[in-house]
Amino acid sequence: MAAETPAAPETGAHGLPNGGGRRDGVWLAVLWVILSVICCLIVYFVWGPHLPPGDASSSAASQQFDIKVLGVIATPVVVGVLLYFGWALTFWRQKAGDETDAPPIHGNPKLAATWITVTGATVLCLAAFGTYELIVPAGAGAGEGPQPIWKPAGTVTASDTSWAPGGKNILQVQVIGQQWAWTYRYPQFGGFETTQLELPVNEPVQFNVTSLDVIHSFWVYQLGVKADANPGVNNVAYTTPTSTGSITVRCDELCGIWHGAMYDYGKVVTASQFMTWAHSTETQLASVTKLLPTYALTYDPTTIANLGKVNTELGLTGAGGGYYNPADPEQP
Amino acid sequence: MSLPARVTTLVIAFLAVVAGGIFVSLHFIGAQPPTENYTPYASGGEVNVTMMTTAQSTVGQKPDWVTYFIQNPATKQWVHTTYFAVPENTTVNMTILGYDGCTPLRNPVWGRVTGTAGSVENVSYFNGKTYSAPVNISTFNTYANCSVQHTFSIPGLGVSVPIASVTTLQENNNLCGTSPCDTANGDANSPHTVVKFSFKTPNGSGNYTWQCFIPCGLGYVDGNGGPMATLGYMMGQLEVQA
Repeated sequence: MAAETPAAPETGAHGLPNGGGRRDGVWLAVLWVILSVICCLIVYFVWGPHLPPGDASSSAASQQFDIKVLGVIATPVVVGVLLYFGWALTFWRQKAGDETDAPPIHGNPKLAATWITVTGATVLCLAAFGTYELIVPAGAGAGEGPQPIWKPAGTVTASDTSWAPGGKNILQVQVIGQQWAWTYRYPQFGGFETTQLELPVNEPVQFNVTSLDVIHSFWVYQLGVKADANPGVNNVAYTTPTSTGSITVRCDELCGIWHGAMYDYGKVVTASQFMTWAHSTETQLASVTKLLPTYALTYDPTTIANLGKVNTELGLTGAGGGYYNPADPEQP
Repeated sequence: MSLPARVTTLVIAFLAVVAGGIFVSLHFIGAQPPTENYTPYASGGEVNVTMMTTAQSTVGQKPDWVTYFIQNPATKQWVHTTYFAVPENTTVNMTILGYDGCTPLRNPVWGRVTGTAGSVENVSYFNGKTYSAPVNISTFNTYANCSVQHTFSIPGLGVSVPIASVTTLQENNNLCGTSPCDTANGDANSPHTVVKFSFKTPNGSGNYTWQCFIPCGLGYVDGNGGPMATLGYMMGQLEVQA
């Protein structure tokens, strides 16, 4: 360390130290504090509002806040490294013809203890902060499995068959993944299923995510929601959209040759616009809604109710009442 | 062996490995079916595209895989491909000859015709002897009836059309057995359906994937593999040209 350099510091043309020593340490410390404060303010207030995934929902805003906090914590470290690097390049350059070794570095128990204490405390604080931030915004937009323990405050699942804006009853949207498309089912509006994802602003939403075939991952970038879609499993995620606009839905789990094409766009609209859309879509899709299986949290597409009639008509017996021949060697 | 000889041998061996890698990448990994270009044949803001489904693909290395064919607009020959190109801002009049038998939809929501003119498809059934009068259909109940074989779906354009199938046991037992199912193979008069519909292409160029939403890769896990996961069979690409 520069503080242990035995040689006395020299002063350069501008009054700054140019040979190392305690005065370097003081200069570095003062500059580090000043630059860190400035950069932290820039990171939090200037860069922060533009950090992903934005603040279009409660979970997205929570994630953005987390990234801002992490950025502010990391900034002094980055500033310190770069400052020390620049200082060394500028003031501790080897003079022409000087081929002597630098003074040896000895251990410094006090410095080591301080370093370990500070970094250890920082990591432990971050662990506590991360845990808190995961719990408070109702799972932070991540899939919590079939039995979520962190739910939006004040909400209940009072009805699976009706929903109105402003109440405590949470809006449920079932997300169904299939190679290679997403469909969305609204059980509280007659159970219609559509390829359009539309959500009301400022209303808590419960996503029930599942799959009909392989593993997909439901990722709504702007809302900060991401939950795996597993066949036979209901994966619950929560969020509350806080601004209207377009949202992008992507599959975030490699699910086959056209995984890259498995995306679509949705909308966050006002509550009244959502109600109008939901009721009109319910009416528009009535003919196909009555063909859908009864709403459930998961579906088993390998066994299809009423398929026996078709099999009987066609004299098909190999499928054993199921969709696929159980004798298929690849069938699990 | 002299030093130059050793160096030369090493360089040649290295280049051979690189060339082999490039060949494998281009020939196998980067290969895709040919594209049937319908753009020069568009007229009056419309273009007619003809396709076919068959229960097998006896022209390829996977004879037991279901597949689509596309008719070459110039020669009228059937080409084993699922790639085709049409112009922008144009009404595409599709005709799909459905020579495959029925299979239930995995998700009945795809039984609804969407994104086409009038949200319907026009279907005529051929029982091996006569064609039925064409009818417009908007929704199929595939669980209650033997009614569809595949879907032609372009998620990016909101187009999804279940391809109607022949409906009786006798018809399903007498499907065309050699693909393509045309006069040359003597199978053109096998039971089949004629499905017609129209959709509009967007302004501007772009590539849109299309696929079948019925997992019809029988013999694979839950029907997802084989023709469902291979370009040129049950999935393809629509290229919209500016």
